[in-house]
Formats: sequence, structure tokens, C-alpha cells
Amino acid sequence: MSIEWTALIRRAKARLLRMHFEAKIAHLGGNLSCLDALLVLHHEILRPDDVFVLSKGHSAGALYIALWSKGSLHDDQLKQFHGEGTKLAGHPASAWHPGIRFATGSLGHGLGLAAGTALSRKLSGKPGRVYCLMSDGEWQEGSVWESLIFIAHQKLDNLTVLIDMNGLQGFGSTREVASMQDLASRIRPFQVDVEELDGHDPELLAKAMGSPRPRPHFLLLNTVKGHGVSFMENRMEWHYLPLDAAAYEAALKELDA
Amino acid sequence: MRDAFCKGMIELSASRPYVFLTGDLGFKALEPLREALGPRFINAGVAEQNMVSVAAGLAGDGQSAWVYSIAPFVYARPFEQIRNDVCMHDLDVKLVGNGGGYAYGSMGATHHALEDYGVLLALRHLRAYVPAFDEDLGAVLRGMAARPHPAYLRLGRGEKPAGAEVPAYAPWRLLLDGGGPLIVAVGPLAGALWTACAGLDLKTRPQIWAWSELPLDPAPPQALLEALKKSGVLAVVEEHVAQGGAGQALAAWLLEAGLAPKRFRHFSAQGYPSGTYGSQVFHRAESGLDPRSVLQALGVAAA
Repeated sequence: MSIEWTALIRRAKARLLRMHFEAKIAHLGGNLSCLDALLVLHHEILRPDDVFVLSKGHSAGALYIALWSKGSLHDDQLKQFHGEGTKLAGHPASAWHPGIRFATGSLGHGLGLAAGTALSRKLSGKPGRVYCLMSDGEWQEGSVWESLIFIAHQKLDNLTVLIDMNGLQGFGSTREVASMQDLASRIRPFQVDVEELDGHDPELLAKAMGSPRPRPHFLLLNTVKGHGVSFMENRMEWHYLPLDAAAYEAALKELDA
Repeated sequence: MRDAFCKGMIELSASRPYVFLTGDLGFKALEPLREALGPRFINAGVAEQNMVSVAAGLAGDGQSAWVYSIAPFVYARPFEQIRNDVCMHDLDVKLVGNGGGYAYGSMGATHHALEDYGVLLALRHLRAYVPAFDEDLGAVLRGMAARPHPAYLRLGRGEKPAGAEVPAYAPWRLLLDGGGPLIVAVGPLAGALWTACAGLDLKTRPQIWAWSELPLDPAPPQALLEALKKSGVLAVVEEHVAQGGAGQALAAWLLEAGLAPKRFRHFSAQGYPSGTYGSQVFHRAESGLDPRSVLQALGVAAA
């Protein structure tokens, strides 16, 4: 049965906005840029033996919503987002949900964790593929390049890496801060398979993620920070701003439009 | 200890399979282990941050992972990976640092490990092992493997007295009886002090204990506490800075237990007082950690 992506994405975005509005918490921009990819990954790609690592831990909200949309998190759990005594921290904690193996949040860790998991499957012969979602700014971390060298050298072809190329980071655009706009040409020489695609097209995402390559697979997702809410799109401040009531209502209206 | 470590790891691989990662070190030492482990021996290159994350990834998938390098490259360079990826997740990752304390001598300060277990013991779930003798390695490695949690192993150079028989490994061990001050030494320094004191008069020479596992659990053995009551003088000697070291931990434990000795001395690494470099023996002497300085400070006449 094919998935009605438009309705699913609309419903997930609305729930993401509500969760952040109720918790009065920021990081919406980078959640909206990767939500589509996470929905496709969780609904279409991940199998029980697979492992997902959210390296851009600040998109925990999008991960929680993807898990909620699959029925493995419930509304009352989402209401605890960022609250007191919650499991749903602003960056994922480990050891409470089978879909969240590693606690992340400090950038530059997830790719190595994913590499170790992929290596484990190779050595043990156990089934399952490993997926990792990174940010584009994260590629300024030296540890990421260490991991890339390792992944290529160990030929970890059971690993798919998604990079959310939303072009904005903490205090500027990636172009202004560290000229990372041409990341594909920098990763490709490591003898891995690199693809660039629209990170908001679920059909393309499903096709790319579902087509493993003979080498480690890197998907650079061209995305828009704050995607789907016009006044958030490509605006750095939505890395930091919580939603007030008026902005929340306006954002919901746009989703319905 | 590297050869004993290599031999012990080969023996361990038969009963407790693991993946071994080295940060491009082990030349003329770990070749037999590489041979024995085959694809489970991985040279992760000069990339310690990734190496520790990979180890955590392996352990998160059910493998036991051992990570090896020169000590500072395994505890200082990838500290955040140890903190977040390994210890926050309480994973079965063993960090092995070769060259504890000043063991790399005139190679220079970048290669010394003066604050390794102090730094690491601030992290949750981690246990540090500081064997005193080559003979300890088999038991230490088996003990580490049996505990599927983060661990740090500080390797040094065993310094037992010539011809002496090393008592069976235990976290706390009496090496030399004596009626003088009580000395608790961490790791190989215990052997150096044992060597220096073995020929002294039993009634007045120090009683020497080797301490090899931190944090302080289990508590010090009753025999040690009894001896402390009699002597009233306790010295802790460690090739590690005072901050976060074994001496502070033991002092705090004794205070809380109401067992504070009359006199307490903590001999610890002082860094580089003269700003010059030399052998491990040179640096120990500069820090007052050599047996002669320790005994002098405690008022014990050397042989």
C-alpha cells in the first residue's frame, strides 16, 4: 500500500509545531528541514534489524514526531517534551526507546557511532543496515572526517548517511562560516557513493534510501530550514526562537493552505 | 607490561571474543595479537576520536571493544567521545593506555599520563585498573572482561624485586610486612618501594601495599586498616597528580569512616618542576616519588 505522503507530512508538521509550542522550545528550523527525510526513513525504509543514529541531536523533536507517527511514541509522551522528569529531552537520551540507541547532541559523534555499528554487523554477520542523519554544519567537526576516512577504508557498504543540507548553522550560513556549500565534491574523492537530491520530495527520498550501493552511501539532502512555514524558511533565528501563540496559529494556517 | 598485555589478550580472545582497535600503535609488541585476532584486530589509524566512537558503536551492538594507544592519546584526545559515547551509555568499552605516569620519560610531556585515571574516574560507570606487575595482567584482563562496563587500563613497567614472587593479583595486596609507616602505592611504584624496603629491619620498615583498582570499591581490607591503627602514619604514593588521585580518594574514605590516621602524606606527580625532561626515574625524583625521597620524607632510614 503506498503511503499518502502529503497527509502524513502535514499531520507530522502540525504535531511538531504543537509540541514545540506547548514546550516553548526552539530548534524548529532544523527539525522542519529534516522531518520529511525522517518520516520516509521510519515509514518506508527501516526494518527491525536496522539501526538509526541521529547525529544532529538538536533535531530530537523531528525524531520524536517520526516515532509518534509510527505509533511507537504516544501523545501523552510528546506532552512531556522538555518537561521535568521527561525521557524526551531536547537532545535524545539513550536506553529508553528501541528506536534511539545513542544519546547525541554534541556534533561529530554520530557518524563514528554509526560506523562502529556497521562494522559490528560486518564482523558478526548479523543482518541489518545502519542509517545516520547529520547536519551540514556538523562537517566542520574534525572527528567527522576521521569517521569518513574509516568508513571508506573499512568499506562499510551497509551504511547510509543522510546529510541535512539546510545551509544554516548556529550563527550564520554554512557558506559564510566555513564555505561548506560544495560538500559533495569533498566527500566523493573518498571512494564513497554520493548523491544529491531534494530533501523534501518523499518519493525521491524513498527511492534513494531504498537503493543501497556497493559502497558507503552518502545522500546530501537539499533542504530548507523551517520548511513549510514561510516566515521560518531560511531564517536563522528559528534555530533559537520558541513559538508564541500568534506565530503558532499562523504556522498552522500555512500547513492547511 | 606490553608483552604480558599482548599474551593476556590472546588468551582472553579464546573465552571472551572482542574487537581490538589500535590507534596505529603496537609495533614490535602487538603483532602476535594481530595475528591471533585476524579481522577483529583493526588499526583505526591516527584518529582517536573516531576510534572511541566506533568502539562505542560496536559495544552498542553487543560486542566487547578494546581500544589501545599511548595513554594520553586514549584518555585526553577523545575525552568527549569517552564521556558521551561510552560512559553515558555504560558500554562495554575498554580503554588501554600504554605508558602510565612518566613512563615515556624523555619522549616528553605530551606522552606522559599524569592525570589519566583522575580525569576518567570523574565519569560514570568507569573503573580504572593500574596493575603493578607483569604477572597481574592475566587476572586484570579477565576481571575487566567479566565486567561489561567502561574501563581504563593503565600499563606501565613492572618493578618487582629481583627474584621475588609476586602475590596473586587483588585490588589491594600486601607486598611487604613491616612495623613502620603504612605505604599504599598505586601501580608499579609499589614494586619500586618493595624493592627499596625489602632489606630493611622488619620492626621499623614500612608496610607496603599495592593498590590497583579505582574507584575505592571494595573498601580497603581489614588487615590494612588494622595496620593503620597500629602505625598511625599513612602515605599514599602515586605517579599521578594529587587532584583526583588515589590519595584524595583514600583520605576522604578514611575521614568518612572515622579512621583518619594521625599523619597522612600524599606523594604525587608534581609535573615538571625544573622545566627539563629525562627518564621516568628522573621525573619521579623531581616529584619526590622515588623510593629514596619517599622514605626520607617519612623518616625511614634507607639501607
